[in-house]
Amino acid sequence: MSDAIQAVTMPKWGLAMDEGMVTVWLVEEGAPVAAGDELLEIETTKITNVFESPAAGTLSRRLVGEGETVPVGALLAVVAEDGAAEAEIDAFVESFRAEFAVAAEAAAESVAAEPESVEAGGLAINYLRAGTGEGVPIVLVHGFGGDLDNWLFNQPALAEHHDVVALDLPGHGRSAKDVGAGDLAFLSETLAEFLDALGIDRAHLVGHSLGGAAVLGLALDHPKRAASLTLISPAGLGPEINRSYISGFVGAARRKEMKGVLQMLFADPGLVSRDLVEDVLKYKRLDGVAGALETIARAVFPDGRQAVVLAERVGDLAVPVQVIWGRRDEIVPPAHAEALPPGVPVHMIETAGHMAHMEAAGEVNRLIAAMTG
Amino acid sequence: MAKKSYRQAINEALAQEMRRDPTVIVMGEDNAGGLGAPGEDDAWGGVLGVTKGLMPEFGRERVLDTPISESAFIGAAAGAAATGLRPVAELMFVDFMGVCFDQIFNQAGKFRYMFGGKAVTPLVVRTMYGAGFRAASQHSQCLYPIFTHVPGLKVVLPSSPYEAKGLLIQAIRDDDPVIFLEHKVLYDDEEEVPDEPYTIPFGEANLTREGEDVTIVAMGRMVKFANQVADGLETDGISCTVLDPRTTSPLDTDSILESVEETGRLVVVDEASPRCNMATDISALVAERAFGALKAPIRMVTPPHTPVPFAPELEDLYIPSPEKIGAAVREVMEHGA
Amino acid sequence: MLQLSRDDLVQAYIRMRTIREFEERVHTEFAGGAIPGFVHLYAGEEASAVGVCMNLEDKDYIASTHRGHGHCIAKGCDVEAMMKEIYGRRDGSCGGKGGSMHIADLSKGMMGANGIVGGGPPLVCGAALSAKTLKTGGVAVAFVGDGGSNQGTTLESYNLANVWNLPVVFVVEDNGYAESTASAWSVGGSQLKRAEAFGMPGREVDGHDFFAVYEAAKEAIDRARAGDGPSLLHVKLNRYYGHFEGDAMTYRADGEVEALRETVDSLAAFRTRVTETGLLEGRQLDDIDREVAASIGQAVTAAMSAKAPSEEDLLTDVYVSY
Repeated sequence: MSDAIQAVTMPKWGLAMDEGMVTVWLVEEGAPVAAGDELLEIETTKITNVFESPAAGTLSRRLVGEGETVPVGALLAVVAEDGAAEAEIDAFVESFRAEFAVAAEAAAESVAAEPESVEAGGLAINYLRAGTGEGVPIVLVHGFGGDLDNWLFNQPALAEHHDVVALDLPGHGRSAKDVGAGDLAFLSETLAEFLDALGIDRAHLVGHSLGGAAVLGLALDHPKRAASLTLISPAGLGPEINRSYISGFVGAARRKEMKGVLQMLFADPGLVSRDLVEDVLKYKRLDGVAGALETIARAVFPDGRQAVVLAERVGDLAVPVQVIWGRRDEIVPPAHAEALPPGVPVHMIETAGHMAHMEAAGEVNRLIAAMTG
Repeated sequence: MAKKSYRQAINEALAQEMRRDPTVIVMGEDNAGGLGAPGEDDAWGGVLGVTKGLMPEFGRERVLDTPISESAFIGAAAGAAATGLRPVAELMFVDFMGVCFDQIFNQAGKFRYMFGGKAVTPLVVRTMYGAGFRAASQHSQCLYPIFTHVPGLKVVLPSSPYEAKGLLIQAIRDDDPVIFLEHKVLYDDEEEVPDEPYTIPFGEANLTREGEDVTIVAMGRMVKFANQVADGLETDGISCTVLDPRTTSPLDTDSILESVEETGRLVVVDEASPRCNMATDISALVAERAFGALKAPIRMVTPPHTPVPFAPELEDLYIPSPEKIGAAVREVMEHGA
Repeated sequence: MLQLSRDDLVQAYIRMRTIREFEERVHTEFAGGAIPGFVHLYAGEEASAVGVCMNLEDKDYIASTHRGHGHCIAKGCDVEAMMKEIYGRRDGSCGGKGGSMHIADLSKGMMGANGIVGGGPPLVCGAALSAKTLKTGGVAVAFVGDGGSNQGTTLESYNLANVWNLPVVFVVEDNGYAESTASAWSVGGSQLKRAEAFGMPGREVDGHDFFAVYEAAKEAIDRARAGDGPSLLHVKLNRYYGHFEGDAMTYRADGEVEALRETVDSLAAFRTRVTETGLLEGRQLDDIDREVAASIGQAVTAAMSAKAPSEEDLLTDVYVSY
């Protein structure tokens, strides 16, 4: 396959995704595109998101119509360098489709990467490891009430060039529901023990929200474990936190209530689908989750304020640090970034809310990739 | 998380609750099986194997086989529930309620009210229901509307393995008498079911499909059919909401009304006999409280008012099918068009 | 005399006298139209309930019948609350929601009078199962009438109590009439042979003789408590009133009730026995009679002036959570 012709294929966003629907094309056939341009919108049962062009050139073929559903890996479009022959493009499409049919059959028989469990600090920690298995790993740490699936738009993309580990914090996802004191020190220490358990000496640490505070705490307590830090809408930089989100998330037991709470996370509340709400409810129904969330909320956000503010200590770190924030974040104020020591790059994403890594996945992925080399 | 069958999900719920709480016991005909007989112990584990393995783990003291004597043991379960245990009694087929109904609706179901709130009766009656097993008129009925009719009882109709586990654990932990109805045709259905214990609250309908044109309310096995229909119609541009009430008592009237307010069209699918069933009840609710939102008459898809027939050809005609549901949806869509 | 102390005897007499006085007053008040619904009176049968229940503790359970007032009092239910319940008052035993036929107090081991004939025996098997599983050492007693003895639930319970080896005692109170139909006609075979057929010891007892009932019940209850399984007592007795208040009792012989009151009065028999043997003095019993009469009078006064439940009470107590 020549690099002159690039396939745009249906991405796999999360373990449960096996197909996706093209809802709308954002670029006309024959139009020029740059790498990172938004090409189309894809809807899965869980979430709708835009998909970006992997390469620059011309969108020479749109192969799936709006409203059509195709399996993960299927050819959606072709981006060709200017001057690629039409016949060459047709041949590319034909051979891709032939190979895809064979590959799909093989994929149906093979087993995709599945989450595994490891014991860290006496707790069973669930994690998903994907990618090259080489180099300094990237470790992705979700926020309060989240889980490793929050990285569904990031882990697969980053895994193309890195060893990428996403985990469920204690009390979250499929990890143990015992959260000890539930404070930041507990979370950071569990992360350190998790890295030990996986034999990871150093990692590029990426943390979102509470996970941001946790990786920051880890890097401050164990400076040698961090190769770099990427903090997305992190907690730990200022005292404010949206207390109605925290109490709403802990308290909500019903679909409607939960949906309203989750919509606070996104600049575009339409992203909160039936399945997304259902997944959160399924998690919250597990024995032990209610207690775990209450314990963490009480320890980390007592009286609706953040208990630990580490902003000034970021300057103590010897490794590169970057901060990414959605300008429309309603959970942790973007203004907290102002408390950071000068020189720490802050990337403000205008269109995103608290979940920039979902709402502006392409840009966040590029920033993480730039940091991790 | 692994795929588990409806049967395994129920078995796992029972085992996990028995491990968690020593007051949980199970009882029923052949729940272990082989008692007093020369062959194997735990010979059956329930007539369809749902309770298999519980007796070897928890012993005969907590997994009680019973004589075929529903009045006595369902009543005993009610009495045990009022005096400190959390019994899960298995009424093998719901059709057998006729021989023990007094103990359910006059005793267990009324203790709390009759005794001025001074009784708790954490009883679960697990029972198998529904047509499609070629089991004829006395082993195929639904009958859940009858339980739903009785104040004091809670009535649960799990429609899938995930639902079955979470709703059964909720039922066991609930302090009121719960009738837990398992559709016999679903036992081998599989889906992802968490290994950990979890609970699904009663009284909140499950939104299994979200659409704009028609609300389909379905319960038990009919949820599966309704989902199939909704998926099929999607390609024809008809967008259906499917609501599974999960519990017919308490009934999530808010979700039903809100959905009909949005879609303006209602199809209710009910495998129970058509007079005084959930379809009539839900239709009456919507007619009374969301009449102004309706763009088309309500359609009820139910079996005919006959006993469940034996011959496969007849039984297949009897059961509400995806085709009949689909036709009803198209009909309400075409109304006035 | 047996293992009964003087205090026990006083207690037994107080309970029997309380039942008699309670029922006589309910009879009068009902006739006056003050009590709604219908009531089934236990007068004449006092020695049975008290003779059995003097062997029981709070952790032991009983289930009763339509004719439940006597069992409630014998098991220690609050008498004023009972009277208020019969009047349908808010602070009655059941908040006015149960009435005469559903008085219960689980904290006293009283699982309820029962509006369904034969409703109690399966429940008692359950209470016995709880006692056995939770190892409380408790036993459970099912009172049924001769009418209830013919229900399938009762016969199934005999079997279940046997195969599960439950600490149960079935007390068949045979007052000769199931409603208006004579037990001589309606009961096939015999109560004792039924017990035998289900593998239980059975004894026939004179239900007007407190001491006979007490002793027979003690044997059965001790056996149950020791883990040796169920037994049956066939208690023969008489009721002084009709099946329900207002029953003209046209099915009874002329003068039958008057003769019974003269010849078979368990309270009179008890008085004779304890005074003749010098265990208690007549004056002591007279004092009890006066005190009980006063307390029942007080209960009636309290019930008459107590508040009825209000509209919000209609909707509560259906479920623990809904």
